[in-house]
Amino acid sequence: MTKKNQILMDRLAEAARQGKISRRQFMHHSTAAGVTAVTATGLWTQHAKAQPKSGGTLRVAQHDGNTTDTHDPGVYQSNFDIGLVHSHRSFLTMINPDGSLGPDLATEWSATPDAAQWTFKLNPAATFHDGNKVTANDVVASMNYHRGEASTSAAKALLAGVTDITDNGDSVTFVLEAGNADLPWLLTDYHLCIVPANADGTANWQSGIGSGPYKIVELDFGTGCRLVRHDDWHGEGAYFDEVEVLVVNDPNARQTALVTGDVDTATLLENKTLGLLGRNPDIVVENVASGQCLTMPMHTDTAPFNIPEVRQALKLSINREELIEKIAFGAATIGNDFHHSPAQPYWPSDIPQREYDPDQAKSLLASVGMEGLTVDFSTADSITTGAVDAAVLYAEQAKASGININVVREPNDGYWSDVWLVKPWCMVLWGSRPTPDIMYTLAYSSGAAWNESRWENDGFNELLQKAKAELDDTLRAEMYRDMAMMARDDGGTVIPYFPNFIYARRSAVGRGDSLSPAWQMDGYRYASRWYFT
Amino acid sequence: MGDLLGLVLKRLGLGLVTLLVVSILIFFAVELLPGDIAEAVLGQSATDETLAALREQLGLDRPAIVRYFDWLGGAVVGDFGVSLVSGDRVTDAIADRFLNTLFLAAYAAVIAVPISIFLGVVVALLRNTVFDRVANVVTLTSISSPEFFLGYILILYLAVKTNAFPAIASLSGDMTFGELLHRTFLPALTLVLVVTAHMMRMTRAAIINLLASPYIEMARLKGMPPWKVIVKHALPNAWAPIINVVALNLAYLITGVVLVEVVFVYPGVGQLLVDAVSKRDFPIVQACCLIFAATFILLNLAADVGAILTNPRLRHPK
Repeated sequence: MTKKNQILMDRLAEAARQGKISRRQFMHHSTAAGVTAVTATGLWTQHAKAQPKSGGTLRVAQHDGNTTDTHDPGVYQSNFDIGLVHSHRSFLTMINPDGSLGPDLATEWSATPDAAQWTFKLNPAATFHDGNKVTANDVVASMNYHRGEASTSAAKALLAGVTDITDNGDSVTFVLEAGNADLPWLLTDYHLCIVPANADGTANWQSGIGSGPYKIVELDFGTGCRLVRHDDWHGEGAYFDEVEVLVVNDPNARQTALVTGDVDTATLLENKTLGLLGRNPDIVVENVASGQCLTMPMHTDTAPFNIPEVRQALKLSINREELIEKIAFGAATIGNDFHHSPAQPYWPSDIPQREYDPDQAKSLLASVGMEGLTVDFSTADSITTGAVDAAVLYAEQAKASGININVVREPNDGYWSDVWLVKPWCMVLWGSRPTPDIMYTLAYSSGAAWNESRWENDGFNELLQKAKAELDDTLRAEMYRDMAMMARDDGGTVIPYFPNFIYARRSAVGRGDSLSPAWQMDGYRYASRWYFT
Repeated sequence: MGDLLGLVLKRLGLGLVTLLVVSILIFFAVELLPGDIAEAVLGQSATDETLAALREQLGLDRPAIVRYFDWLGGAVVGDFGVSLVSGDRVTDAIADRFLNTLFLAAYAAVIAVPISIFLGVVVALLRNTVFDRVANVVTLTSISSPEFFLGYILILYLAVKTNAFPAIASLSGDMTFGELLHRTFLPALTLVLVVTAHMMRMTRAAIINLLASPYIEMARLKGMPPWKVIVKHALPNAWAPIINVVALNLAYLITGVVLVEVVFVYPGVGQLLVDAVSKRDFPIVQACCLIFAATFILLNLAADVGAILTNPRLRHPK
C-alpha cells in the first residue's frame, strides 16, 4: 500500500470508528484505495468498527411523549411508550438489526407442519427486575390480557386467530384457528410484551416491572424517565450504565439539544433540516428505510373508483420521484402501489416500477369515457409532515392527465373516526408491520375491518390464505410476488412512498453494522444495542 | 375596613358561582369535541368491540348529565376524581406541574414587574426622547413576536452560539436553587420579554395622563424636580390602572405559557392541559381550567383590593 493510500485508509478507519460511514461505503472506498475486498473486510471487523465499551449515561431526546402515556400494554400508542417498552420489558421474539427474526425471551420455536400450533421454548435465564424468573405462566397471562370478551386492548385483533395458549412449564404453545407461518413475527408487536402474572392469572402491568435490559428508577409520563441496567438480563448488549429519556416534543428543541450536547441522541428529526444537520461534524444523521407507508386508498366499491381504469389512471398520474424530492426531502423509499416495503421480508425486487405517465392515464380514461374526471381527495395536517402539501402537489401532477383532484383539508381531530374508512378517497400513514402477511391481512383482505380500499379480489385472498400457512420461504416469496402484482394492477391504493426513519446521534455514540427497520432508533432497541465509543 | 372585607367576601362568593358556570361550560365543550376518550386512547387501532369495552370500563355509557353531577358531587367536597387515562388522582397529576408553573411565573414576574414599572416611570419622565422611542420599539417588537419565536432567538444566541444557558429547561429533583434559576433562565426571560411591554406602556400612559392635571402643574410650579413630581405626586394616583394590568399579566404568566413550555421542554401545567384535551381526559381538563379560572378571579380581586387600598377616596368612603 502506498503512503497516500495508507493515509486514506487511516482516515476511513477513523470515519468508520465514529460511525460516519457504513460498512458498504468503507468497503467501496477501501477497494478504491487499492485494498482487496478480503483485506478490507478484515480491516472493517478488526480495526475500523468501534468495539462496544460498557459504561456511561445515554441521554435521549424522545418525541411524542404525553402526560397521558401509560404502562398499560393494551393502549400503548405514543412513541415514548413504544421506546420505553423495548427498554424495560421483553417480548418472545425480536427483529434483529439486519431485519431478520431473532430470539428474545424465547430461545427457539417450532410449528406443526400446518403452522397451526406454535411452541416457544423460554430462556431459563430470564428474570424480571424484582428477581423472579420469567415463567410460562407470565407469558400466558400477558397474552390473555389482549384476548377475550372484556379486553380493551388495541392488540385484540392481532391475536384474534389464537384459540388457546397453554403453559407447558418451560415453554408455551399457541393454538391457532388456522395456520399462520408469521406468528413468531407477530409476537414482536409492541403491545405483546411480557409482564409478570398476578396470583389469579391476570397480568400485572401496573407495577412497570419487566424483564428487559433496563429497569425504571424514575418515571414521569410526559416528562421523561431514568433507567439503569438490569444486570441479570438474558440478552447480549446493554452497554450503558444508565439511560435517561427526556420527552422533547418540539422538533427544533430536539435538534438544538443535540447540537448543544444536552443530549446524545434524538428521535424523529425534520427532513428539511437534514442537510444542515449532516454538516455538523459532531453529529451523525441516520436515514433508515422502513416499512412505514403513505397510502391513498380509494373505495373500490364506490363510483368512480369502482372502474379499474380510473384507479389505474390515478396511479399513473402521480409523480413519485417529485413527491419524494419535494415533500420527503429525499428521505423515503419509492412505492409501487403494493403495500410491501423493501425493509420487510419476502420483498419482490423484480416488479417493474410504475412511472408517471399522464398520456397513458388520459387514454385509459378516454377508453371508459371518463375524460376530465373530478374527484375529492381528503387529507389532514396531522397525518404526517407535509401531508396537505403532498396532496396539493399530486393534484397539480394529475392535471396533466386531465384529472381534477379536489384536495379536501379535513380537521385533524377525529380524522381516524370521521374520514378514514368513511370518505371514498383519503390519505393514511401506516406504521411499520413486520411482515407482508400481517399488513395484507389487516388492510387488504376480504372483510378485514380496516380494508381501507374495500378491495375484494378472490385471487389475492386465496393466495393470502395459502401463503399464511406456508412454511417454505421460497414458495412464500413467490406468492407474495403474485399478490403484489395483483395489488399493484387491480388494487385501490395509490402508494407514493415509504417514509424513512430519520434520527441522529452525537458521534461519541456507536452502533452496530445495521439498524433495524422495525421502528425509529434501531427498532427502539438502542438502549441495549448502542454504546459509547 | 369592614366594607373591604365585605367586598372580598362578596367577590369570593361570586367567584364560586363563576367557577360553577365555567365547569359546566368546560364539561359540555369537551363533550362537543368530536370523538371521545375511548377513540382517542385507541386511536387508529380502535375496533367497535374494544371501543365498547373501554367505554363501559370508564363509565362513558352513562348520559353526560349524570356524569357531570357525579363529578360535581365529588368536586364540592374537594375530590376532583381520577384521570380517565392513567387512573392517577387528578390532584397528584396536577400538583407538581402546577408548582412548576407557579415557579416559572414567579421567576418571570420578579424580574418583569419591577423592570416594567421602573421603565414606565423613566419613559414617562423622558417622554418623546430617543430613549422613550427605543424602549417602546424594543418592547413592542418583543410583545408582537410569537413567544416560540422569541424562545428560538434566545436559544440561538444564548444557548447554541454562546453556551451561556442550557437550551432545555428540564428539571430534576437534586438541583440546587442556583442551578434551578440558571436552567430556567431562558424560559423566564422569554416570558419577561412578552409581558414587559404591556405593563411598561400602561405605566407610562397612566402617568402621562396625570401630568396634565392642575395639581401636577402646581407641584412643578413650586419648583419640584421632574422625577420627584412623577414618583411622589403622579405615581400614587396612577397605581390603580397599573395594578390592574400587572394582575392581568400575572394571570397570563400562569395560564398562557404552553408554547414556552414546549419550546424549552419545561414540565408545566399547560402541556398537561393540551394532552388532556387531545385525549378527552375530562377530569384533568376540568381541574386545569378551574385552576386557571380561579387564578383570574383571585388576581382580579387582588387588583381591585389593591386599587382600593392605594386610593384614599375609596379607602374612606363618605
